[in-house]
Parts: sequence; structure tokens; C-alpha cells
Amino acid sequence: MSKLGNLGARLHRGEVGYDFVGNRKIWYGISILITITAIVGLAVRGLNMGIEFQGGAVFTTPKTSVSVSQAEEYAEEASGHDAIVQQLGNGSLRIQIAGIDTGQSDRINEALAEDLKVDAEKINAELVGPSWGEQIANKAWQGLGIFLVLVVIYLAIAFEWRMAVAAFVALIHDITITVGIYALVGFEVTPGTVIGLLTILGYSLYDTVVVFDSLKEQTKDITKQTRWTYSDIANRSINSTLVRSINTTVVALLPVAGLLFIGGGVLGAGMLNDISLSLFVGLAAGAYSSIFIATPLVADLKEREPQLKALKKRVLAKRAQSADQGETVAVDGPDEPLADEPEDAAPAGVGPRNQPASRTRGRGRPSGKRR
Amino acid sequence: MAAPKKGRSSSAQSKPWRSLALILIAIVALTGGMFASGHTTPRLGIDLAGGTSITLGAVPEDGNESAINPTNMNTAVDIMERRVNGLGVSEAEVQTQGDRNIIVNIPKGTNSQQAREQVGTTAKLYFRPVLATEPSGGNAAPTPSPSASSSAPSGDKDKATGSQSPAASDSASQSATPSATATTQGRAVTDALKADATPSPSGSTSPSASPSGSATGDDSELQAKYAALDCSKESVRATTGEGAKPTDSTVGCGEIQGVWYKYLLGPAAVDGTEVDNAQAVYDTQSGAGWKVQMDFTNAGAKKFADITGRLAQNQSPQNQFGIVLDGEVVSSPYVNQSISGGNAEISGSFTQEEAQGLANMLSYGALPLTFREESVTTVTAALGGDQLQAGLIAGAIGLALVVIYLLVYYRGLSFIAILSLLVSAALTYVLMSLLGPAIGFALNLPAVCGAIVAIGITADSFIVYFERVRDEIREGRSLRPAVERAWPRARRTILVSDFVSFLAAAVLFIVTVGKVQGFAFTLGLTTLLDVVVVFLFTKPLLTIMARRKFFASGHPWSGLDPKRLGARPPLRRTRRPAAPVEPKEA
Repeated sequence: MSKLGNLGARLHRGEVGYDFVGNRKIWYGISILITITAIVGLAVRGLNMGIEFQGGAVFTTPKTSVSVSQAEEYAEEASGHDAIVQQLGNGSLRIQIAGIDTGQSDRINEALAEDLKVDAEKINAELVGPSWGEQIANKAWQGLGIFLVLVVIYLAIAFEWRMAVAAFVALIHDITITVGIYALVGFEVTPGTVIGLLTILGYSLYDTVVVFDSLKEQTKDITKQTRWTYSDIANRSINSTLVRSINTTVVALLPVAGLLFIGGGVLGAGMLNDISLSLFVGLAAGAYSSIFIATPLVADLKEREPQLKALKKRVLAKRAQSADQGETVAVDGPDEPLADEPEDAAPAGVGPRNQPASRTRGRGRPSGKRR
Repeated sequence: MAAPKKGRSSSAQSKPWRSLALILIAIVALTGGMFASGHTTPRLGIDLAGGTSITLGAVPEDGNESAINPTNMNTAVDIMERRVNGLGVSEAEVQTQGDRNIIVNIPKGTNSQQAREQVGTTAKLYFRPVLATEPSGGNAAPTPSPSASSSAPSGDKDKATGSQSPAASDSASQSATPSATATTQGRAVTDALKADATPSPSGSTSPSASPSGSATGDDSELQAKYAALDCSKESVRATTGEGAKPTDSTVGCGEIQGVWYKYLLGPAAVDGTEVDNAQAVYDTQSGAGWKVQMDFTNAGAKKFADITGRLAQNQSPQNQFGIVLDGEVVSSPYVNQSISGGNAEISGSFTQEEAQGLANMLSYGALPLTFREESVTTVTAALGGDQLQAGLIAGAIGLALVVIYLLVYYRGLSFIAILSLLVSAALTYVLMSLLGPAIGFALNLPAVCGAIVAIGITADSFIVYFERVRDEIREGRSLRPAVERAWPRARRTILVSDFVSFLAAAVLFIVTVGKVQGFAFTLGLTTLLDVVVVFLFTKPLLTIMARRKFFASGHPWSGLDPKRLGARPPLRRTRRPAAPVEPKEA
């Protein structure tokens, strides 16, 4: 654990760091691949919608001595679909089974009659409409749309439009991955799934906002120096918030994993599984996208700006020059651009270049190799 | 620019006990309130606790059989869902069954009587001009009714109206102010329509309208019906308005001050669907109690202005206006000038519940079909207690895992995090318990999962702050300044991220219905609590702890050991408090 702590310290100082932004093409490629797989999966297999969305049949049995859980077993056996069993006040059972039509319902009716030892004639079978109907599911989508618009506006104001766009792309990416996994694996989509998916919205953005916050802070006065390009500093932001991102993701995933594996797996709870599965996939995707997609995308977008393009040119020219002169900067230049003078690196965004005190402090130390 | 921030943070630093005291008082007060109210557990949703299941059947109307179609049924489901979920957190389920039935599942603990009235009531509202009116079943028409006079015992009357729509207003409490004009009731005000019952004493024979008279009685059959109508009989009242088309004249009953009046009503001038929005408000100015304010749509406002303008020119009682809800005349104010502006109000000694129920029905619209209650039965939980138990066990294990992770990673610091989590959990539990009776909040399984997931989300805020503190220590600061300097930046990050979460919750709450809305409510609640706990508990506690030797000296088990964190040895200790620390706070 202390190793992680040390890693945190070294990441903080920029002694170690992974070049997330430099290798962005790989991550974009992976994400595009995942997205295509998800879309293909969705197109080919479609989603397995639960009774709340597609309706189904409801069987009302006469008074029976069969227990609710027993009846649930029978119903799922007879139909191959999820069943919801409720006992009514008069001792009869209401059995709801998703995704069956009239033709199947007769067969299931007979199977149920046999299992429950009641007269098939006395079981009342009727189709139920989707309580969540298209109308209501549409409202959830509508809410999603409004939320996305508002959050893009908010991020554009709080940060800037490029970050808002990147966060938006990352969010869509998370949702696509989650939906794709549902399509491919064939998990049933229930209200729980949708709720899990909606939770991811806020949560995925939480991680992204933490990185952007650090990025904004560190790039505040970026044009006043010629040591780092925007991408370098973006990469540094990811690395310096990496421990935080890992910790927040682990801590968020632990209770979800508890629900998924212990609650769902061992104790066999259906709805818990639905929610925690979509959360688990979504949270993992959210952590991935905030590190590998959102921030590199911001760097990409930012470096299209003329002033930052010019900065990049200047920085690269300076590095080339230093390389000619054989200075140490060049050695860790492109790969570890931030390794030297890490003390300066941290406040780079807050204008250390024109802070005499800070400079003095930097100079007083022989290039950070004091230890 | 650093100065004000510094001032703020140092003032916060000097009063950490105050924040702690504040949040502890809040917890104690809320917990006390919880025990005092007797609701010590959150109300459970129908999937966990079961409840009442109502089957409503669509009633075919003569000559309009095709009205019972999937489109209308779905519209009805949508409206019922909105009505029964009123505030959106009671987690009731509405679904169609078969071709013409709708099942409404209401969680245990909801006022199911009220819910039944809410979902099934058709709430067809019309504003019809009054052509004629007179007390019914009283001395105007000698029928063997026992409750004809104004002295009718109110208990009797309550019984009569109890099973009808909540809008059946109880106007008995209105003081009788004998009116010089011979109107039965009603008094118009300039810009708003009032219907306070101010009738003349009902014993008088003053209601001058006669069935014939100047009423535009072109329909002798209707006249006969009007003459024969006896509104004092409940069985008669129940069927009076039935089958009346909005475009036809009809008859209706209405109760003013415990006396039933019968009305001959013209074609509907304004339709209930032309009410844009309605809300229940308490009239503090005139002390008339609860009333319902309505805003009309543009078309409705115009029609309303027209009809009031026309009615104002008539003689009593034909300058009155029947507000007819489901065939019953809720009130009949009279009009003395055209009312434009598109809003009006109905008052009539409503109780709060009645006013809100009526407003609810008016704003969410009229059901496209008429429904009859086919059966009411209790149902057991759809998922059952074992699911809840599994969820709670899983939640406990998840929480334990988080605690272990925090302990191992943050060591001493984790105690602050764990205490904060406990405070957060306590506040969540207490608020959920209190919100059950307050706004009908019902905890269902998704909400339980949401609450468990919130553990991780709440812990995130601490991690953001702790990591900031550790970053400061790594830069060579001692703990106390590190804690204060890390706060403004951590605070910004926490607020921005929580705002995004809250935005998601708020949008979902406003736009959606049913389970999603209940979930959005839970999400918003936990996000708000996260902010409260971080600001009022975690930060002050850390400030206090930073003064303790265990933490301040960077004990290896404190989680803030500078050596372990890889802090660089402090340079120029003497200069450190000077300039260089300042710019970072920007």
C-alpha cells in the first residue's frame, strides 16, 4: 500500500508517468473498436427487455398452497423468462411473466396448472401492458437528453467548450459500452438497469470533472512558458490525479462489487444483479473514459487553437535546440517532459514563471536531485 | 487575491467546533423528530413490502365503444401514474392488464383510500352557465328528505360525500351571510373567480329561479328531468351527471352549506382540459382557507373571458356559472363582469387534502375514459424481504470493504472518513424515515442500491480532499497549513462534481415519472447530504485532528507521514511562511 503512496508521490512530482496523451491514438482505436462492437451487438442481438418495458402475461391463480418462491421457480421453468410472483389478499397468486404472447401463454398456463396442482380453467391469463411503457421510457431518454444539454452548457461555462465536448463524448462512450455489453451478454434490461445507467451519468462526469479541474488549474498561464506543450501538461494532470482516480473508482466499485458478487451471486437476488451489473460496467467504463478518452481529446482539441499550436512549435523548437546542445532536458524531453524540475511543474499553471520567489526556490535546488 | 481566501479559510479554521456542533445538533434534532413522529423506519416500496392492488375497468360509454383503445388506455395509465405519484416519490405502479383493465399497485402505508379516489376519478371538469337553480329536496320541493335544511347535521352530509371525489367540497363551515340579492350563492371579484358560499339562509324561499321562467329551456325533456331531480338522495346524485355530453344542456347537483341545490346547466363553455395548471394555495388574506388556483391555456382564457362577459349581462341566477366536476356542481359563483387574464380560482371550504387532490386532477388532466373499481386486494411484495436482506448484507459487506480499503490506504485519516460516512448514513436514514410520512417517499430496491452506491460516491469527496492534503504535504508543508490550503481547491472540485450529480438528479426528477423519479430523488438527496457532511463535518474534523500530535507529527499510522508520502525535505524553513506559498491558493 505504501508503494501506492510512493507511486502517488512520484506521480505528483512527475518522476514517473505514463504518456496517456501521447499514446492517445491507441486509446481512440480501442474505444472505436469497443463502440463498433457495441453497435453491432445492439443491431444483431438487440436488448433483452424486461416485463416493465415490453409487457408480458399475468396469470391469476385460484387459492393455492404453493409458496411464492416455489411458484416463481415453476413459472421461470415453464416460460424461460423472469417472473414476478405476488400473493393476493385472498390467497391466490399473481404471476407476471415477461415477454410472452398469447400463443405461449396457453402452454405456460397448462404447465403452471400442473405444477401448482390447480385446474387450468381456473387460471386467468391476461396480457399486461408495459407499466413502464414506451411513453415512460421515452421520458427517461428525454431526461437524459435535457441533462446532456444542460451539463454541456454548464461545463462550457465552468471550464470551456472543448472540455464540455470531451466530457460529452466520454459520457456517450460510457453509455455505449454499457449498452453494448448488455446486448452482447444478453442480460435482461429492467428498470434497475436503466437506473444504474442513469447513475453512471453523474458518476462518470465526477471523475472527468476532477481531472479537468486539475487541468484547468495547471494550464492557466500556459502561454507564458515554452517548456511544455498543452499535451504535456494534460498528461501531467492525468498522472497527478491518477491516484485519486484509482482510489475513487476502487471505493465506488467495492460496494457495487459487493452487491454484484455477494448480493447477486451468492444470495441470488435478481434485481440487485441488474442494478449492480450496469453500475459495475458503467463505473469501470467511466474511469477508463475520463483518463484515456476525455483528457486526450481535450488536448487534441486545444492544440488546434492557434496560440497553443504556436506554443507547441516553440516548445518543440526549443527541445530540438536543447537536444543539439546535449542538455538533459532533451533526454527526458518528449517521453518524460515533466521529469525535470518537478517543483516548478506543479505550480506551472499558476504562473511560477513570473513569481520570483518561486523561481528562487527552484534555483536553490540543484535540479531536483536533492535526495 | 490570496488575502480574502486566506481570511475565509482561517476563520473556518478557528471555528471548526461550531460546524461540528451545528451538524450534531441537526442529527440529534432530526433523530428526535423521527422518534417523536413514530416513523423510525423508512417506508418501503411495493416491491419490498407489498401493498394494495386496485383493478380498474374501463366503462364503455353508449355509442362510443371504440374509445376503449390502447392509446386511450395508455394515456389513462400515464395520467393515473402522475396523479397517484403526486410528488413523485411514492413508487406506485400502474399498468394495463388485458384490453380494458388497469392495475394500480400502491405501497403499504400510503393513504390508499385517498389514492383510490385519485386514480379512478375521471375529473371531467366543465364550466357551464347556470340556467336555473333551486334547493333540492328541501322546502322548495316537498320530498321526504331528512337533510333538507341548513341545519342538516354535518356528519350526515360527510357520509354522503365521503365516497365521492375529493372535490366534493364541504362547505358547511362557511358562515352563512344572508345576502340581500336573491342569489343562492356566489360573489364575483374582479380578476379572479370566487365561489365562497355566501348564500341566503336556505330556509327562505328567495331562490327565485323557476324551472320554466326565462331559462332557455328548449328541451322539455330536460325540464322535466330538472323538475323531478331530487338531489338529497345519494343514489340520485351518483347518476345525475352521467352521460352528459359537454355540448348538451344538463342537470346537476351541488351542495352549498349542507344544502343540496339542483341546477339546470347549459352547454359547457370552458373545458377542464383548457386548464393549463392548477395548484392548491392557502388563502391567508381573506382567511377563506384552501382554494385551487387555475391558469387557463390561451384558448381557455379567451373562452373564459367570453363566457364571463356574457353571463355578467344576465339576471340572477343566470349570471352564475357552474363549475361541474364529474357531474357534480362544485361551486357556482356569479359573475358581474368579464374576467380576462386567464386565471381563476375555486374556493369552497376545501380541506388541504381536497384542494390538493382537485389541483392534482386538474393539472394532470382528465382521464380519457371512465373507470370502475373492479377489485381491491392486498398484495405481497413483488420481490420480498429476502431481496432486501440480500441487498443489506451485500451493502454491509461493500461498506466493510470500503472501510478496510480506507484503513489500509489512509490509516489514521480513514477514521475521519469512516466517521463522516457514518454521519452521512445516519442523516440519510433519518431523512428517508421522515420523508415517508412527509411526502410519501417510499424506499424500493433500486433506492436501496442507490444508497449503497452512495457510500462510494460520498467517500469520493473525502478522497479528493485527502489527496489534496497529501499533495500539499508532499510539497513540504506541515499538516495544519496543508489542511487549510488543500481545502479551497478540494472544495471547488467537490462542488463542481456534486453539482453535476445534482443536475442529473434534478433533471430526471422533473422530466420522468415513477421509479426513475424516486431514484432521482434519492440521488439528489445523497448528493446534497454529501456536500453538507463534507463542509460541516469532514473539514472541521480534519482541522481539529490536524492540531493533535498524532496527526501533526506525521505518525506512521496517521496516514499523513511526510516521509512515507515522499515529501521533499522542507527547504528554507525560515522563508516558507513568506511569499511563495501565496500564489498557489489562487
